[in-house]
Amino acid sequence: MPTPKICGIETEYGIFVRGADLTPMMASSLIVNAYSDEGLALRAWDFTGEQPDFDARVGWRPEADYPEVEVLMANTVLTNGARYYVDHAHPEISTPECRSVSDVVLYDRAGEEILRSSMERANARLPEGVEIVLHKNNSDGKGNSYGCHENYLVSRDVPFGRLAAQLTSHFVTRQVYTGAGKVGTECSRDGEADVLFQLSQRADFFEEEVGLETTVRRPIINTRDEPHCDPERWRRLHVIAGDANMSENATFLKVGTTALILGLIEDNKFPDHLRIVDPVTEIRHVSHDPSLQHVVTCESGKQITAVDLQIELFNSTQKWFNTLDMDPTNGDGAEILSLWETVLNALTSQPEKAAHIIDWVAKKRVIDGMMARHSENIPLERLRAIDLQYHDMNRERCLAYRMSLATRVTHDDARRAMTEPPADTRAFFRGECIRKWPHDVSSANWDSMVFDIGGPLLQRVPMMDPFKGTQSHVAALLNSCESVTALLDALGHDAVEPVADDPGW
Amino acid sequence: MQERIRQQKSTGSEQTAPSEEVQASGSEASEKLKSDIDDLLDEIDEVLESNAEEFVKNYVQKGGE
Repeated sequence: MPTPKICGIETEYGIFVRGADLTPMMASSLIVNAYSDEGLALRAWDFTGEQPDFDARVGWRPEADYPEVEVLMANTVLTNGARYYVDHAHPEISTPECRSVSDVVLYDRAGEEILRSSMERANARLPEGVEIVLHKNNSDGKGNSYGCHENYLVSRDVPFGRLAAQLTSHFVTRQVYTGAGKVGTECSRDGEADVLFQLSQRADFFEEEVGLETTVRRPIINTRDEPHCDPERWRRLHVIAGDANMSENATFLKVGTTALILGLIEDNKFPDHLRIVDPVTEIRHVSHDPSLQHVVTCESGKQITAVDLQIELFNSTQKWFNTLDMDPTNGDGAEILSLWETVLNALTSQPEKAAHIIDWVAKKRVIDGMMARHSENIPLERLRAIDLQYHDMNRERCLAYRMSLATRVTHDDARRAMTEPPADTRAFFRGECIRKWPHDVSSANWDSMVFDIGGPLLQRVPMMDPFKGTQSHVAALLNSCESVTALLDALGHDAVEPVADDPGW
Repeated sequence: MQERIRQQKSTGSEQTAPSEEVQASGSEASEKLKSDIDDLLDEIDEVLESNAEEFVKNYVQKGGE
């Protein structure tokens, strides 16, 4: 039986300052602080348990090029359970832990609203003529990339090597519907022709099949083993091989298909004849061919297009799903399968039929239209500008909002999710504690809350089970407690660890 | 690759629920879809930054993650 999935997305936004000489770190801090300064976020993140250099394959690898944890940059946690902070030179938001894929889409959309609100607040403080511009994209078109990472709860029982080998085929081919589209080629390889348009923002940047790094020598499968939960039972699979999507349905498919296929892998039902030979080359070649005719070779000798491989994966997943008496995606499974089938049918016959779902198709339609209108005498930079502006967080400028993309989340729901946590994961406890007792929370992390109740020691509440701390578990308890002291008393000594220092600060 | 891109002329999209298929067929529908994309392109020409090409040239990001 598959593990019920808990999922989330972390998105780094592109940031550009018009009219002033601000470093991206400063500008990113202005963005995050513009939000927290108005009491919309709590500046407290607990770094206990952050171990980005812990490798799922071999244990600690301190020599690897992992990003150092930055404690001096703006680092906040929100009442919706999200983390909002500066990562390197970008503002980044991580959704709270979600039990359904629909909730991941909802909190990803709420994240967009939070970034947009921050941008408007920050710009209102800046002098006339100075503006910070944010983009939900993954590349500057000049060889620099930043990520949109997915996270999935997976059983520890699955051998990591098998999981990595099987999932790679999905990551190489899911681009046909998850790609956000890109004008041009980056990181050109010797002997490979550059392309005018490709499916993915990210595909050009992968250099390894499996590895720990995320900023250099990027791997298709990232081995960061930082579970943020009981490591005996689960791992948190950290996926870096994806684009940030503007289309809500593309996000739904990206996370939904991957969550289901992880269940398929947990139950050891993955069709092994679909393992792809040379995935590092193929992830690029699939992306570079919007005609979708490129053929990959599988280890079984089978030759198949990315769309046809996805059709086989879909068939296996659907057959397996129909045998389950539970839905690992908490009620979204049937809709994920239905939409997956719909887009694969469209991609097989006429990709334009999916222009309301798939970002690259929507973007390419405009690029093709512009080229036709100008008899192809259009400067490449103008096409790149269309590409970039597709992802602009300013509602007036954003081209994605003009593409008639089908939506899943109402504006009101996205606004509400900016402040309210999901009801059915530990994010509920985190968000509600921060809302009720912002002055008593010393810091927070995915798997802990640290309270300061005025004594010589701080009080740390570990949350190693992401399925606990839900609304049904703790809402009545939280409502019945007038203070954190009362809460800690009610939780009991076994649930609280007194600690001398808050590692967050 | 440019050849391939040119071959795939856009014929339209649909704007309702994601699982619905495009119903348009025949010359009348094709004309409507063509006019939709024309309207969209007009709109994009209007909202595209006045100095879009300059903006793109200056758009440099630090790598992240």
